[in-house]
Amino acid sequence: MTVEYVPGQPQSQPQTTIAGHGDRPLLTVTDLSVTFTRRGRAPVHAVDDVSFQIRAGEHVGLVGESGSGKSVTSLAIMGLLPRGGVEVAGSVDFDGQELIGLDTATMRNLRGQELAMVFQDPMTSLNPVITVGRQITEVLKRHRDLDKADARTEAVDLLTKVGIPDPARRVGDYPHQLSGGMRQRVLIAIALACQPRLLIADEPTTALDVTIQAQILELLRELVSGSQTALLMITHDLGVVAGLCDRVHVMYSGRIVESAERRQLFARPRHPYTGGLMASIPRLDQPRGVPLTPIPGSPTDTLPWSQGCAFAPRCPNSEVDCRMHTPALEPADNRALRCFHPLTTDPRSVGATHA
Amino acid sequence: MTIAPTATLPPEGPLSPDGPTAESMAGESLWKGAWQRLRRNPMALIGGGIMAVFVFVALFAPLLAPYEPASTEWTELSTPFFVQGSNSEHLLGIDRWGSDMLTQLIFGARQSLIIGVVSTLIGLFAGALLGTLAGGLGGKVDTVIMRFVDILLSIPSLLLAISIAAAMGKSSFALMVAIGAAQIPIFARLLRSTMLSQSRSDYVLAANALGLRRRNIILGHILPNSLGPTIVQATLNLATAIIEVAALSFLGLGEDDPAVAEWGRMIVSGQDRFQIAPWLAFYPGICIAITALGFTLLGEALREALDPKQRR
Ligand SMILES: Nc1ncnc2c1ncn2[C@@H]1O[C@H](COP(=O)(O)OP(=O)(O)OP(=O)(O)O)[C@@H](O)[C@H]1O
Ligand code: SF4
Ligand SMILES: [Mg+2]
Repeated sequence: MTVEYVPGQPQSQPQTTIAGHGDRPLLTVTDLSVTFTRRGRAPVHAVDDVSFQIRAGEHVGLVGESGSGKSVTSLAIMGLLPRGGVEVAGSVDFDGQELIGLDTATMRNLRGQELAMVFQDPMTSLNPVITVGRQITEVLKRHRDLDKADARTEAVDLLTKVGIPDPARRVGDYPHQLSGGMRQRVLIAIALACQPRLLIADEPTTALDVTIQAQILELLRELVSGSQTALLMITHDLGVVAGLCDRVHVMYSGRIVESAERRQLFARPRHPYTGGLMASIPRLDQPRGVPLTPIPGSPTDTLPWSQGCAFAPRCPNSEVDCRMHTPALEPADNRALRCFHPLTTDPRSVGATHA
Repeated sequence: MTIAPTATLPPEGPLSPDGPTAESMAGESLWKGAWQRLRRNPMALIGGGIMAVFVFVALFAPLLAPYEPASTEWTELSTPFFVQGSNSEHLLGIDRWGSDMLTQLIFGARQSLIIGVVSTLIGLFAGALLGTLAGGLGGKVDTVIMRFVDILLSIPSLLLAISIAAAMGKSSFALMVAIGAAQIPIFARLLRSTMLSQSRSDYVLAANALGLRRRNIILGHILPNSLGPTIVQATLNLATAIIEVAALSFLGLGEDDPAVAEWGRMIVSGQDRFQIAPWLAFYPGICIAITALGFTLLGEALREALDPKQRR
């Protein structure tokens, strides 16, 4: 008999309780499923029975290639999925409050105040016709009841905090007057304006230049670490997660395929997909010119989970049973793993250490 | 010892926060950018010039006109057999009723401007209200409003205007309401569709993720981003309105007081002497055409200025 393993549950999670994080999780996602149903089209199971937990102050990574359902998971948590043509099942418990099916007024009060989000594209996520100052003060007025003068002072403070030079002048700028990196800083300032308890960052650096990416990640780390704000970092890049997250969930085709404490995962990836993602991280200790090994095939090469393992068409370890039975997420080796034939050797060069 | 200035640092070094873009140095806003593009566009200059002259003439008609309006002083100079053409006393001659043609045209500008602007404003406000409700709230409100607008749209605009003008009686105000009502569907549909497409954009999702109130998102975020095409349309509609004023007057639905000069009616009144004095209809016709052209040029230039991507 297989028992569905719920990752992050205290009893099944040895040595990951971080001091000061308390025992009750801040966010508990249980069997979350999101299905897009469009008339005349086959339903798309974008998120399929996803469960995970986040404690106060904890940093959790949700990793997977394009289309694996990361954004849809985050939108479901935030209650931001479109109203029509979507079926959401399962539970999202935020500090004892069920968010799925919560009335819109209550949800609107939580958003921006308790739960906040930073999106992928800073070029389009700010309103082009409103000054950045007003976009910050708007949130402060909405959730913190600040008056105009206080909100402005606070906005300048926030811009200072996110490292924007000459913030007193910048509050009067329009978004198009700022570079991409600066805009993402502004969006982070806005998201953190009310000191939310959970910050979801959905690929916050993907749209930025490489050097700026590192700056923004560093900024996020600075702002979030040492505070009670929990972070859900969504990315397709395990390298981003390596220096930032306590716990990592790897998603493929709508399901979690491996989830582990960061050190465990990087020391010894077990799922072939995780291994593939890891082999495609650029590494400093690798001699120049050694090509990165991308995962063969594309994320669209999937098998429906109901027929077997979705990763089978691209998996180097796949065998006949992978296309006949669906692997369950089971506890193994200090983690949860969904695979019949896990990796036994590190897919990266032997002897290398990481993170 | 003085330290020589270091070589130019990379603008976005790994340790310094990324610097401002070149754009930001100019310190221009979105509307300022549009204004600058507008100023460089010859079409806008011509259109703006025509419009400025038109508005100026309309505003200062009493000062500019050489004679009193609607004077009947020179009635004998306009008979079925002879109409006084241009001479040193009357630059453009005498009109059908024996008034100075230039004076009548100048006062006609005033009438056209008032009716054009007021009727467009009526259409704009009613249409914008309906469009904002439909596009902002969506759902059932949207369905009901758009059904109503479709009905309005299915009536030919001239027919609608004629019915309203006929029902309200012959007055300038009836004319304004009639022309304005015919414009409601244009503005309502345009604003609705712009708002709906704007509401799918990232900044709206981001605003929702911040828990901002729905009213604020609709009125403070989506609406301001959707106004551009509506402003352009309003400018273009001014041209149509001025033509429609003339058309309705031509059909006998305008202002009843013959003392009020109006270009459309001047064309009509010139008709019975068209054989001997074609300029009676020609001058007001030219005025209508040039004014409409001015507003159209300006509207098109505005469209380009507000959306430079659409430029050919
Ligand atoms: N509004 C929608 N209607 C229909 N299908 C959708 C919709 N939004 C997302 N999907 C589908 O859900 C799946 C997961 O999408 P999602 O955006 O969560 O992926 P992702 O992991 O965030 O990828 P990316 O890295 O590209 O952002 C995709 O297959 C996508 O086609
Ligand atoms: S179950 Fe089979 S196909 Fe799926 S990841 Fe494991 S080995 Fe590969
Ligand atoms: Mg995404």
